[in-house]
Amino acid sequence: MKYALGVMIAALLPLSLASLMTGAASIDIFTAPSDPWALLVLMESRLPRTLAVLLTGAALSVAGMLLQALVRNRFVGPDTVGTSESAALGLLAITFLAPAAPIWIKIAVAAATGLAGTALFVALIRRLPPREIMLVPITGIVLSGVIGAVVTWIAWQADLVQLITTWLMTGEFSGVVAGRYEVLWIAGAAAALAWFAADRFAILSLGDEVATGLGLGTRGVMRLGLVVVSLVSAMVVATVGMIPFIGLVVPNIVSRIMGDNLRQSLPVAAAGGAALLLFCDLIGRLVRYPFEIPVGTVMGFVGAGIFLFLLYRKPAHV
Amino acid sequence: MIRLSGVSHQIGGASILNDITADLPRGRLTALIGPNGAGKSTLLRLIGRLEPLQTGSIHIDDLDLARTPSAEIARRMAVLGQQTVIASRLRLSDLVAFGRWPHHQGRPRPQDRAITADALEAFGLTPLAHRFLDEVSGGQAQRAYLAMTFAQDTDWLLLDEPLNNLDMSHARSLMARLSQLVRASGKSVVVVLHEVNYAAAWADHIVALKDGRILAEGAPQDVLTENGLGALYDTPVMVTQHDGRPLVLHHF
Amino acid sequence: MSDAALHIAARPPLGGLRLLTGLASLLAVASALWLFQGLADGNRGFILHLRALKLGTMLVVACGIGVSTVLFQTVAANRVLTPSIMGFDSLYVLLQTSLIASFGIAGFAAVPVVAKFLAEVAVMCALAILLFGSLLGRGSRDIGRTILTGVILGVMFRSASGLMIRLIDPNEFAVVQASTVVSFTRANEALLPVGALLCGIGVAAALWLAPRLDVLALGRDSAVSLGLRHAPMVAATLGLVALLISVSTALVGPLAVFGPAAFFGLIVTGMTHGLVRSHRHALLLPASALIAANILVFGQMLFERVLHQQTALSVVIEFAGGLFFLYLLLKGRVR
Repeated sequence: MKYALGVMIAALLPLSLASLMTGAASIDIFTAPSDPWALLVLMESRLPRTLAVLLTGAALSVAGMLLQALVRNRFVGPDTVGTSESAALGLLAITFLAPAAPIWIKIAVAAATGLAGTALFVALIRRLPPREIMLVPITGIVLSGVIGAVVTWIAWQADLVQLITTWLMTGEFSGVVAGRYEVLWIAGAAAALAWFAADRFAILSLGDEVATGLGLGTRGVMRLGLVVVSLVSAMVVATVGMIPFIGLVVPNIVSRIMGDNLRQSLPVAAAGGAALLLFCDLIGRLVRYPFEIPVGTVMGFVGAGIFLFLLYRKPAHV
Repeated sequence: MIRLSGVSHQIGGASILNDITADLPRGRLTALIGPNGAGKSTLLRLIGRLEPLQTGSIHIDDLDLARTPSAEIARRMAVLGQQTVIASRLRLSDLVAFGRWPHHQGRPRPQDRAITADALEAFGLTPLAHRFLDEVSGGQAQRAYLAMTFAQDTDWLLLDEPLNNLDMSHARSLMARLSQLVRASGKSVVVVLHEVNYAAAWADHIVALKDGRILAEGAPQDVLTENGLGALYDTPVMVTQHDGRPLVLHHF
Repeated sequence: MSDAALHIAARPPLGGLRLLTGLASLLAVASALWLFQGLADGNRGFILHLRALKLGTMLVVACGIGVSTVLFQTVAANRVLTPSIMGFDSLYVLLQTSLIASFGIAGFAAVPVVAKFLAEVAVMCALAILLFGSLLGRGSRDIGRTILTGVILGVMFRSASGLMIRLIDPNEFAVVQASTVVSFTRANEALLPVGALLCGIGVAAALWLAPRLDVLALGRDSAVSLGLRHAPMVAATLGLVALLISVSTALVGPLAVFGPAAFFGLIVTGMTHGLVRSHRHALLLPASALIAANILVFGQMLFERVLHQQTALSVVIEFAGGLFFLYLLLKGRVR
C-alpha cells in the first residue's frame, strides 16, 4: 500500500470537480471565468462548499486518528468521547450569555470547553481497569450522553433547541457560502500541525512506559493531541455541525491497511476522510436532486457499509 | 555505576521498598532476584524513571535521575517494562526503528537505519519486519520490544523480566547476547529475573531482594548459597556446581 | 467457574427476596401516588383513566427494557452491551419506515393498529434471531469486533430509515421523525393491552428459562461443557429480547436521546448488578424490571407534578443515569 496517498489524491480530483459542477443552478465551470454570474455562483457557493467538505473530512479523520493513538483504543472518535458535546455546551453558553460576541470568541470558548470535556474523558479512562478495552468507548458514549443531556436541558430552558439539533445531530453543508466556513481552515491547519509531531503520537500509542523509556515527555504530547482534537471538533460543530462516524471509521480503515506509523498514515487518513466525506456529500446532493439529504445521513449509510466490509474481510497476514 | 541511596517507595500506604542503598556496578550483568512481591520490578522501574521517585536519590554515572531531562536519560539508559497488550498496528520494523528516536528526534540518519536493521537481524526478526505488532505471537512481540531497546544503543540497559513469553532457545540466546554486550561492548545491564538459574548461569552480580529490603548482594557464588536462597525464598533448595557456576535444584 | 457453579447451586439468598419485596413496595407507593396525588374534584374518572393508561405504559416499557437488557447481556456474556447499542431499536424503526415506504403513509395508517403491531413484532423477532444470532451465537472471541459491528449496524439502520423517508418524500421527514422520539404522553390506548400481554408472555418465558440463562451467562464454552444446547438457547433469548424491545419501542419510541446509547438499559442493569449481588436470573430479571419501573414512575412524577416539565425525563435519565454509570465503571463494578 505504498501508493495509498497517491490513490486518495487521485480520487479527490474528480470528486472535487464533480462537487464544483453540482448544484441547483447549472453552470459550466470551464466557461465560468468569462461569465460573471457563473463565476459568482462558483466563488460564493460551490467552491466554499467543496473546500468546507474537504477540510472537515480531513480534519475529523486526523482528529480521530490522534484520539485513537492518545487513548490507545480503536473504538473512539471525536464524536463519541464527549468532545463535540462539550464544545456545543461552550457554544451554547456563549450564545446565551453574549449573543453578540464575534465568531472568533465563540469558537475559542467552544474549543476551550471541548478541551475540558476531552481531558475529563482521558482522566476518567485512566482510572478504568487496564485490560477492559471495551469500557473505554462505553465510558466515552456515557460521558457524551451526560454532557449532551446538560446541553439539551439548557437549550430547552433557553428555547435554543433548533441550534443544538444542527450542532449535534446531523451536520450538513447546504448552508455553506463564502464568509461562513473560513474558520474550518484553522481546523485544517491544526490537523496539519499534528503531522509534525506524528512520531511522538506513534510512540505515545505504545504506552507511557515505552514513551518514557525513549525519553518522550508524555504529558506534552498528550496536551498537544487533545488541543488538536478539541480545536477541530469545535470548529466543525460551530460551522457545519457534527458529522458522525467519519472520525471513527476512516482511522480504522487506514490503520487496518497501513498500520499505525502515523507519519505515513496521517496524510492518507486526511485525504481519505476528505474523499469519503465529499463522496457522501455528492450522493446527498444528487440522489434526490434538487432536494438535499444531509451528509450525516448519507455518511451513516455508506460509511457503515464500507466499514462492515473491511471489518469482515480476511486480514492480509494470517 | 548506578548509585541508589535511601530509596523507599510506598503504594497506597503499603511499603514496597525500604531504604535501599546499593551500587550497581558498571560493565557488569546485574540480576535482581527475589520472591514475588519483593519489590524488584519496582526498584527497576524507579531506576528507569517509569515510576516517580518518592524518597531517596538515584544517580546514573554522573547524572542525578531526578534532575536530568528524560530525553537525555534516554540516550544513556534504555528501559523495557513488562509488556501489556497493545493495540497499536505498527510494523515490527517501525517499532524497532523507534529505538533510534532519542538520537535523531524524528530525522533518521543512515546509521540509524543500519542499527535498526542490525537489531532486527540480531533478534531473528528480519523475516517478520513487515508484519504488524498485533499479528505476531507474544514471544515475537517481546523480541521486537527487546530489539527496540537494543537499537537504542545506550550504556545502560534495564530489562524487567525479559524472558517472559520466550521459549528456551530465545531465552538462552537473549541471555547470551546480554552477556556478550557486557563483555564485548562494555555495556552495563540490569535485569529482573524470575528464574534463579538464569541468574546463576549468566549474571556477574546479583542483588537479592525480599520484603522491600536487600537481603544479599555480590557475586553469584556468594549470593546463591543453600542457606541464602533458602532464606530468600522460604523454601529448601540444593545448590551444586556446573561448569564452574552455581546450579540451583529444587526437585527433591 | 467453580465459583459461578456454586452460585447456581445456591438457594436464593434471603437478601435477594428482601430486595425484591422492598422494590415492589416502593413501586406500589409510587403507583398509588401517581394515580391519586392531587386528584381534582371535577372529572375524576377521566383523569384517573388517563393516569392509569400512562402508568400502564410506563410499567410495560420498564419491564420490557429492564428484562431485555439483562437477557441481552447474558447472551453476549458482556455487562456493557445493550440491545440499543447493538442496534435493536434502530432495526425496529427501520422496519417501520420500510412498511411506510411500501404502503405509503396513508396506506400505513389504514392497517389496523394491533394487526400491524403483531406483524411487526413477528418480523422483528425473525430478523433479530437471524442477524444477531450469527453475530453473538458463536461465542465470538473478538468481542470488540462484535460491539463495533453492532454500533455500526445501529448507525446504518438509522441512516437507512432517514434516507428512505427523504427519498420517498422530503417533506414528510419531520412527521416520521417526530413519531420516533420518546414520549410517555403519547400513550397508545389500543396498543397497551396487547403490548402488556406480549410483555407478560416474554417475561414469563424468561423466568421459566432462568436456570438455563444462569448457565448461558458463563459463556459459550462453559455452557456447552455443562450440557446446554447453546445455539437454540441463544436464538430463544434473542427472540425474547426482540419481542420486548419491539413492545417498548412501539409504545413510546426508542429510548435514546443521542446516538446509539440507550442509557436507560445501561442504568437499569448497572443498578441491578450493583444491588443484586448474585448471578441468578430468577432474581436479576424481576429486580431489573422493578428498578426500571421505579425510576420511570418516580422520574416522570417528579417532572410532571413537581417541576411541571413534560419532556425532560429522558434528558434527566440520560444525565443522572450516565453519572451513575460512570461511577459504577470507575468503581470497577461493570465488567
